[in-house]
Amino acid sequence: MELVNNVVCPFCGTLCDDIICKVENDEIVGTYNACIIGHSKFVHTEGAMRYKKPLLRKNGEFVEISYEEAIDKAAQILVDAKRPLMYGWSCTECSAQEVGMELAEEVRAVVDNTASVCHGPSLLAVHDTGYPVCTLGEVKNRADVVVYWGCNPFHAHPRHLSRHSYARGFFRERGRADRTIIVVDPRKSDTSKLADIHLQLDYNNDYELVDAMRAALKGHEILYEEVAGIPRDDIVGAVEALKKAQFGILFFGMGITHSLGKHRNIDTAIMMVQELNQFAKWTLIPMRGHYNVNGFNQVCTWESGYPFCVDFATGTPRYNPGETGSNDLLQNKEADAMMVIASDPGAHFPQNALHTMAEIPVIAIEPHRTPTTEMANLIIPPAIVGMEAEGTAYRMDGVPLRMKKVVESDLLSDKEILEKILEKAQELKASK
Amino acid sequence: MERIIKNGVVYCPLNGINGEKMDISIKDGKIVESVSDDAEVFDASGQIVMPGAVEVHAHIAGAKVNVGRMMRPEDSKKDAEGTVEATHRRAGSGFSVPSTHMTGYRYAQMGYTTAMEAAMPPLLARHTHEELQAIPILDHAAFPLFGNNWFVMDYLGEGDIDSCAAYISWLLRATKGYAIKIVNPCGTEAWGWGGNVHGIHDTAPHFKVTPAEMIKGMAEVNEKLRLPHSIHLHCNDLGHPGNYETTIESFEVPKGIKVNPATGSRDTVVHGTHVQYHSYAGTSWRDFESAADIVADYVNKNDHITIDIGQVTLDETTTMTADGPMEYDLHSLNGLKWANCDVEMETGSGVVPFIYSAKAPVPAVQWAIGMELSLLVKDPAKICLTTDSPNAGPFTRYPRIFAWLMSNQYREDMLENKLHKWAQKRSSIATIDREFSFYEIAQATRGTPAKVLGLSDFKGHLGAGADADVAVYNMNPDTIDPSSDYMAIEQGFQKASMVFKDGELTVKDGEVVNAGLKGKTFWADTQVEQNSYNAVLKEVERQFVKYYSIGFKNYPVEDEYIAKSAPIKGVML
Repeated sequence: MELVNNVVCPFCGTLCDDIICKVENDEIVGTYNACIIGHSKFVHTEGAMRYKKPLLRKNGEFVEISYEEAIDKAAQILVDAKRPLMYGWSCTECSAQEVGMELAEEVRAVVDNTASVCHGPSLLAVHDTGYPVCTLGEVKNRADVVVYWGCNPFHAHPRHLSRHSYARGFFRERGRADRTIIVVDPRKSDTSKLADIHLQLDYNNDYELVDAMRAALKGHEILYEEVAGIPRDDIVGAVEALKKAQFGILFFGMGITHSLGKHRNIDTAIMMVQELNQFAKWTLIPMRGHYNVNGFNQVCTWESGYPFCVDFATGTPRYNPGETGSNDLLQNKEADAMMVIASDPGAHFPQNALHTMAEIPVIAIEPHRTPTTEMANLIIPPAIVGMEAEGTAYRMDGVPLRMKKVVESDLLSDKEILEKILEKAQELKASK
Repeated sequence: MERIIKNGVVYCPLNGINGEKMDISIKDGKIVESVSDDAEVFDASGQIVMPGAVEVHAHIAGAKVNVGRMMRPEDSKKDAEGTVEATHRRAGSGFSVPSTHMTGYRYAQMGYTTAMEAAMPPLLARHTHEELQAIPILDHAAFPLFGNNWFVMDYLGEGDIDSCAAYISWLLRATKGYAIKIVNPCGTEAWGWGGNVHGIHDTAPHFKVTPAEMIKGMAEVNEKLRLPHSIHLHCNDLGHPGNYETTIESFEVPKGIKVNPATGSRDTVVHGTHVQYHSYAGTSWRDFESAADIVADYVNKNDHITIDIGQVTLDETTTMTADGPMEYDLHSLNGLKWANCDVEMETGSGVVPFIYSAKAPVPAVQWAIGMELSLLVKDPAKICLTTDSPNAGPFTRYPRIFAWLMSNQYREDMLENKLHKWAQKRSSIATIDREFSFYEIAQATRGTPAKVLGLSDFKGHLGAGADADVAVYNMNPDTIDPSSDYMAIEQGFQKASMVFKDGELTVKDGEVVNAGLKGKTFWADTQVEQNSYNAVLKEVERQFVKYYSIGFKNYPVEDEYIAKSAPIKGVML
């Protein structure tokens, strides 16, 4: 058995980079340091069915085809489409995403990633108000007040707490004991059990609570006995804790980005963090889900100027979330072909979007059997980034790390597949 | 492949060529004395020929640049370009912060062939390099930030120059960095707690080192490592009325240190960057006025320093800097959106949009201060023209700045008709009638930046052996009068008629025709005495694993991130 050190985990946005993989006969058979979710991904548990050959649906049944045929077919679908949608990107590395951007430009597609259905509202709020962040090491070394709002890292980002909030840091030698942890969540969660203060607000009342906190911060009196189900004194007490911080950090997740108000919740939360800087040092970090969801937003931005929902229909990048998002295109029945890569909209998109997906040609570049591949017309299996292929991923705080190739694979990488589709698409367009 | 650019009027200050009609011969990507008759001929009759321009300080790639793009779709909506299939030109958008492809194209269109990314957070170096690779055409390098690095602060607090040199040598190699960049030394660390430092004798909480000690120590390390570029200094107190005293005090600190580069012909020990922002008198925005004359006088009287300007272009732009506290102050001042990124153990940054309105008093004076600096520093061998892009304005405005500098009439028109009256009242700009010549423009955009960067062996000139980076502008110096034809100057520099990059025709009639060209990455490959290097690194690793959030082995930037590696060698201590 061989041990491979310093492996970066291809699961969540915490991007733990201290994983040790146990390798036997060119297969990962175990891990050290990984959480249960990361470990499962490395060793393919949960009975995942892995595709080894490209599959094309013929008369309702999948038949095996060669990579070459699959790539020709994929290019043909994209070139023939009037309004192709290229969605996903969050579980692959940045150089593949770069090729994807070039392909989107080539076939005049709309390109969008999973942020569309997770931290998209955060991105819209960033346009409105800004983005005061720090890297996770700053949290470890400096933070004495840590807020988790609308997220449950205990389960979704299992090592987040131990690596950053419980860890001993330069100015926080005692680790957890040197910090106040505040959880804002309508549920009692395993994260909230660890908190010093749990603000158990009413569901869908995030905006009201932030608003009340900002009012208190500005020295106004809160006019109601309770706001969002939280008694006035508790709100004022929490705000005092925030003001007294030396270094405060707000981590926030889907519980606030997708509850009522969406990006307006984040607008006001970001503004609260900005205002807190009059009293103490405060920053925030969005709890990004997929390990490289942030990476796609970075790549898409440096290539096109916009982070997601980019429409290349005219050849010039256009950006109008609400019109050029994946769900907009699908639910409006605008998309007439879809390429899905490194994500699973089949499992996560609303019914109305899935109806359209069922009607149009869907290409899935996907290693495993998923609800999306069940709807696909064409499946192209890639080598898995972080295990069988290498490349960059951006952690939730923007720190870029190199994903490792731990074992060999006969399969093409996402990047190679996309390069071949791009080449073929250029050829097809030239012959038109 | 041989090429010859015939009959152009050549300006090449590093070789003392001032408007001579000459042929430029190119072979295998280099300038040569002569070529055979088989050479492909390009006619430049009645046109200006200059070396490819060198950008000494801009923000074009990396985390904060991308946050600037991400945060401001309104900036992208103002300026977008579509795919050009015939020449494989990629689409893009962004007025003040163009996307990567557009950045490369637009620099090239103006005749720029080399550009420096002036601030790279070491922990985020991969990001900077990924974007630099995505910028076509331009040769490039990035300056890692050291002014608030904990290791450096500890070493220099103890006066341990040798260990500091070993650490910096390692970090330059690990991040594929080029030069020592110092931004608001100690101030950004203080911003880790929401504070700042004031002047050069203040300290950040916990650390026992002053900005003065940081500047001096790193200038010594710079010459010990025999780096190509000098220390690149963004002084403390940026943008504060009355800060010129801090600026001059900072410039005095490294004076007397012996210049010692292993390559190139640099003869200065400090480069003061975007000095416009550091030449303010007064005590508040009410009595704010120019101190450019005092700072220019200092530069005129001292030979250990070069500066770049940071000229305000009077646009709506996006400010971005590793000076975290300064950006928070700016956000508090203008109320516009604010991004920030504190980077563990190393640095910080901020991004805030800013509208430099000609009709507003302070931006009008800032414009005047930049102009004064350029015009009052007598020797263009001491200055580089920059906008600190995109801070004082986007780099795409360079041609307008050249026109302002070449035409007193243009400046008078600005003062009389466009700018708030403070520009005249609070500065001496209205009394200066100097006009730059083409030669001086070439000096401040080619010769001087190439020399101070330590790249003048092969950049910034057209002598034999230089890289065949050549810009040809369709302006005839015999017939054009820059004083009165200033709009023609602006247009002429905006779109070069031909640009050659490594001898390849890259821009023709102002349009990019060779969009796929990839630039070289310069980085400083220094070596220090092996035993002390190993000892220092061992201690660095011990601290690293405790306080960074990533593993020590996952820190160095892999070779995959550099397509065309161009290490510049330093030597042993």
